[in-house]
Amino acid sequence: MKKLKRLRVIFLLLIAAVVMGSPFFWMAISSLKPNAELFSWPPTFVPRHLTLDHYTTALTTRGFERYFLNSAVVSLISMAFNLVFCSLAGYAFARLDFPLKNFLFLLLLSTMMIPVQVTLIPTFLMVKSFPLAGGNNIFGQGGTGLLNTYAGLVVPHIMSVFGVFIMRQFYMQFPRELSEAARIDGAREISIFTRIFLPLGKPAMSALAIFTFTQAWDDFLWPLVVTSDRNMRTLQLGLEVFKNRYTADWGPLMAATTVSILPVILIFVVFQRYFTDTALSSGIK
Amino acid sequence: MLTAFIFISPVLVYNIIFRIAPIFVSLYLSFTKFSGFGSAKLIGLVNYSRIFGDTQFWSAVLRTLQFSVEVLPLNMLLSLLLALLVNTGLKGMSVFRAIYYLPVVTPMVAASMIWLWLYDPQIGILNFLLSLFNIPPQNFLRSPATAMHSIVAMRVWRGAGWNMLIYLAGLQGISRNLYEAAAIDGASAFKRFLKITLPLLRPVHIYVLIVGLISTLQSFTEMYVMTSGGPLESTTTVGLLIYRAAFDYMDMGYASAMSFILGLIIMTLSVVSFTWRREKEVAE
Repeated sequence: MKKLKRLRVIFLLLIAAVVMGSPFFWMAISSLKPNAELFSWPPTFVPRHLTLDHYTTALTTRGFERYFLNSAVVSLISMAFNLVFCSLAGYAFARLDFPLKNFLFLLLLSTMMIPVQVTLIPTFLMVKSFPLAGGNNIFGQGGTGLLNTYAGLVVPHIMSVFGVFIMRQFYMQFPRELSEAARIDGAREISIFTRIFLPLGKPAMSALAIFTFTQAWDDFLWPLVVTSDRNMRTLQLGLEVFKNRYTADWGPLMAATTVSILPVILIFVVFQRYFTDTALSSGIK
Repeated sequence: MLTAFIFISPVLVYNIIFRIAPIFVSLYLSFTKFSGFGSAKLIGLVNYSRIFGDTQFWSAVLRTLQFSVEVLPLNMLLSLLLALLVNTGLKGMSVFRAIYYLPVVTPMVAASMIWLWLYDPQIGILNFLLSLFNIPPQNFLRSPATAMHSIVAMRVWRGAGWNMLIYLAGLQGISRNLYEAAAIDGASAFKRFLKITLPLLRPVHIYVLIVGLISTLQSFTEMYVMTSGGPLESTTTVGLLIYRAAFDYMDMGYASAMSFILGLIIMTLSVVSFTWRREKEVAE
């Protein structure tokens, strides 16, 4: 009886794995089939021929390398900013006392409710009229400001409130005595943070790094709005090259899509545990 | 105390400038006519009275709500089922958990491209699978009747893994003793699920619901990539309409007014769900 139940669970797990995983399987298989086979009917589930032609086409398409580079730069910069500032703020909200602490934390949290559409236009205008950049004068007029620059691209991603939340949840779990002992010994607040809590924060910071990297890598709307120069577009916009309104160059498109997912999948596989922790800590406490 | 303020000030200042101040800028712009160049011209409530009679806007609102109403229950059901399966604690479970979570880390554009290919009416694999069951080929994203449902399916697939983890955390927070006591009293597994698991997960349901509402009501990317809002506007969400108004027609005043109404809708629905949670808790 017990064994039967186990078999049933495994059966369901497998079905769910097929449903959730098959789109990836199909993407990968399609990217490796030569065109003749890709467009044959009925489709083949095990390809008769394998080829890397579509990858060659995708990677040598004008601009593709540049899109990839742009995405990597934007995601890494955003990640670095988040690591520094979210851990500082998360630590302060978790372990230091200061007036208005709860109010300020709730204020930050409540910004997560604001739809991106509300901040989109004002942020665009701020980036466009940044003083003394992109041909702008001191009043931010006359030029393009930070449009089509890395600085403009990273702006919405550099200090994630969710990141602060992750770090706060993490630092809350340590006993009060840990900081008290150091304070009695006369350690300064800043060294309590850098000597004790920063090293302890590694698991949460890994999760934060992964989370903020993928957030920036994933973004589509903001790069769409803030870049018009082809050289500054990111990979998410670059995929559009392989597709027009009604059809697409399916082989190269699937190859390019695979390439666009690979970095996040690699990070995910390596740091899987931290990914899981991020989601779990965002739950209700 | 000074240290604390130094620690929080970058994040605080940044969020005031880029999250909170824009609300007021948006509100101001919504009372103006503004093309994005030159200066904004105050025109009072003209944008709002225009929205009032704009059937395109209100049908986009209804469509966006419909999208949420379809995605959220399906997503919650699927995530809960996955969480229950993963919670059985068999060996090698982390592999299954990883597979279910993979769509979550997949960028929205990539997910949209993959499903565009699955849905292709001529040579897509889904129509082939349907043909095995003698179901005639569907137009999926190319027909106004099915386009939105097709995007819903993609969203449910992509979002289930995230909520699975949240449900998993909830399930692991329920004491084993409760189940054991109920089992001794002779309650069936199904009854235990109905009487213990589901009610105790209520805070999780509400959390998942609120986060889901906030994100589905802003949907933009998947529609932009998969259908550009078509066919016949059948997948034009409010997010897409706002983008077009602001950046295709350079009508930023009107776009701001629309985004403000969207913000109000999202806030109202979130607050309603949240107080509903509070009231239920107080009542018990």
